[in-house]
Amino acid sequence: MADKMMLIPGRTSKQGTSLNKGKLKDEYKEVTSTLEMNKDDMDKMGLVDGDKVRMWNEIGETIVSCIGKKPEDLSAGLLFIPYGPPSSQLMASDTAGTGMPLSKHMMVEIEKVK
Amino acid sequence: MANENENIKIVENATCTFCGCVCDDMELHVDLNEKRITKAKNACVLGRAWFAEHTIEDAPAAMIDGEEVSVDEAIEEAAQTLVNAKFPITYGLSDTTCEAQRQAVAISDYIKGNIDTTTSVCHGPSGLAFQGVGESTSTLGEVKNRADLVIYWGGNPAESHPRHFGRYAVTPKGMFIPNGKKDRTVVLVDVRKTKSAPVADIFIKPFPGKDFEVLWALRALVKGSKLSSNIEEETGVPLETLSDLAERMKNCRFGVLFFGMGLTMTRGRHFNSGALLALATDLNEYTHFVAKPVRGHGNVTGADNVVSWQTGYPFGVNFSRGYPRFNPGEFTTVDTLSNGDADAALIIASDPASNFPKKAIDHLKNIPVITLDTKSTDTTKLSHVAFRTATYGINTTGTVYRMDDVPITLRSAFDSPFPDDETILTSIKKRVHELVLAKHYAGGASGEAKVAAINPL
Repeated sequence: MADKMMLIPGRTSKQGTSLNKGKLKDEYKEVTSTLEMNKDDMDKMGLVDGDKVRMWNEIGETIVSCIGKKPEDLSAGLLFIPYGPPSSQLMASDTAGTGMPLSKHMMVEIEKVK
Repeated sequence: MANENENIKIVENATCTFCGCVCDDMELHVDLNEKRITKAKNACVLGRAWFAEHTIEDAPAAMIDGEEVSVDEAIEEAAQTLVNAKFPITYGLSDTTCEAQRQAVAISDYIKGNIDTTTSVCHGPSGLAFQGVGESTSTLGEVKNRADLVIYWGGNPAESHPRHFGRYAVTPKGMFIPNGKKDRTVVLVDVRKTKSAPVADIFIKPFPGKDFEVLWALRALVKGSKLSSNIEEETGVPLETLSDLAERMKNCRFGVLFFGMGLTMTRGRHFNSGALLALATDLNEYTHFVAKPVRGHGNVTGADNVVSWQTGYPFGVNFSRGYPRFNPGEFTTVDTLSNGDADAALIIASDPASNFPKKAIDHLKNIPVITLDTKSTDTTKLSHVAFRTATYGINTTGTVYRMDDVPITLRSAFDSPFPDDETILTSIKKRVHELVLAKHYAGGASGEAKVAAINPL
């Protein structure tokens, strides 16, 4: 049974330093493929740091690894990922007449990759 | 001044163009033999990586369909591709100089194309809000010298703009802020408790997607309206917290609202930015209050300035009728790609194939793409014509605008074998102009069209 959560892509220091090395390099790919999750949510889903999860919505899907964050830092039901090619797979193209796609607050379903 | 000592050159007061802080107090140690920067004194973690990793890579200066060609051949192919397209788009521009940006606008004008910058997927919604609400603004120098209440909303500068706190807004001592951080109150509003939270005296965590409601509630409180205590159920923020913040805002001497992508990239978009700008305007009834977007790329602010200066609009501009038209949602790049309008793309210093929505990327794969970039990216990989260019602020001089619209002149640290963006774009522009002229004469254009085509931009 998949859980529905809100994905927030954003910037991080590691993403910034690794993109300077090159966006086609392994370090950048790893940084942008690491999902931060509320630790309690991970426990409920039987996940430990480094496990793979599949996220999908009506746009596309992606598989990334996850790491836990303290519940006071990242609320239950929220997911954070340094933005990059994996998060783009889930981004809708509608801009509601503004030019800006909803790049944060993307509703996704998530399940453990067994 | 640059002092030479054997093969090490010191460049003082150099500028970091990685982010919109555009810190111009770098001391660069340059190994001229190795052609690399070995030390960047005063740089943050992002700046150190920016300077250390922009070396001279062993790569062709120009490629067509993945095969190495001369720069001249690539310029010819790029010009032909753009002139023969029906809906050519130009995009990117936030990581290059104002001088290069100006050439890109001229190309778009000649080919009656579309020009847009990364602003459209950054603070584009704030740009719309500026037009609708107005902007109570200041330089970062005024913030440093005067601001006793500093509010960050929907951003994480500790990771995205690490020196924003130390150089401009939190810890520096200023003319009227003699004790630095001790004389300021710092507030952070974010849906996540990020690495910026330890800097804040007050951290407020609204529910995701409730920024507009929180801002509107603050406007009501500032104006003296009473709010129901169920505002907490709606927004996640207790009424007491909001009332306290509203009083602090009214009673400070100089307040500033710095806002980030947490407002523009979420539901509400320009309404969120507009609510924040309106709140800043309201507060000027009581004290001095300003609002500034925290800008990401090194010269994204320059892109707004140059495109505005040249066309009258900041982004999302179309020349297909021979004069500039502005229409976000139609002439912005996610839309021109996702809707399948664009049939050729000139991408300058940007990587939409990595960061755009899937539908836009899929269309980009089906049209001829011309790229100018300092490194290989997903976008350069799919390009029909790819130029490898010199890095602005490391290999080139030029002008960039800091996030507070202050222009800063760059200093070059060492030469690159690759041409810079301005050189390539100027060459493309010249060839495009020749081709447009030839097309007009061959097609029996009217006298008016001939005159328009002959006048060089």
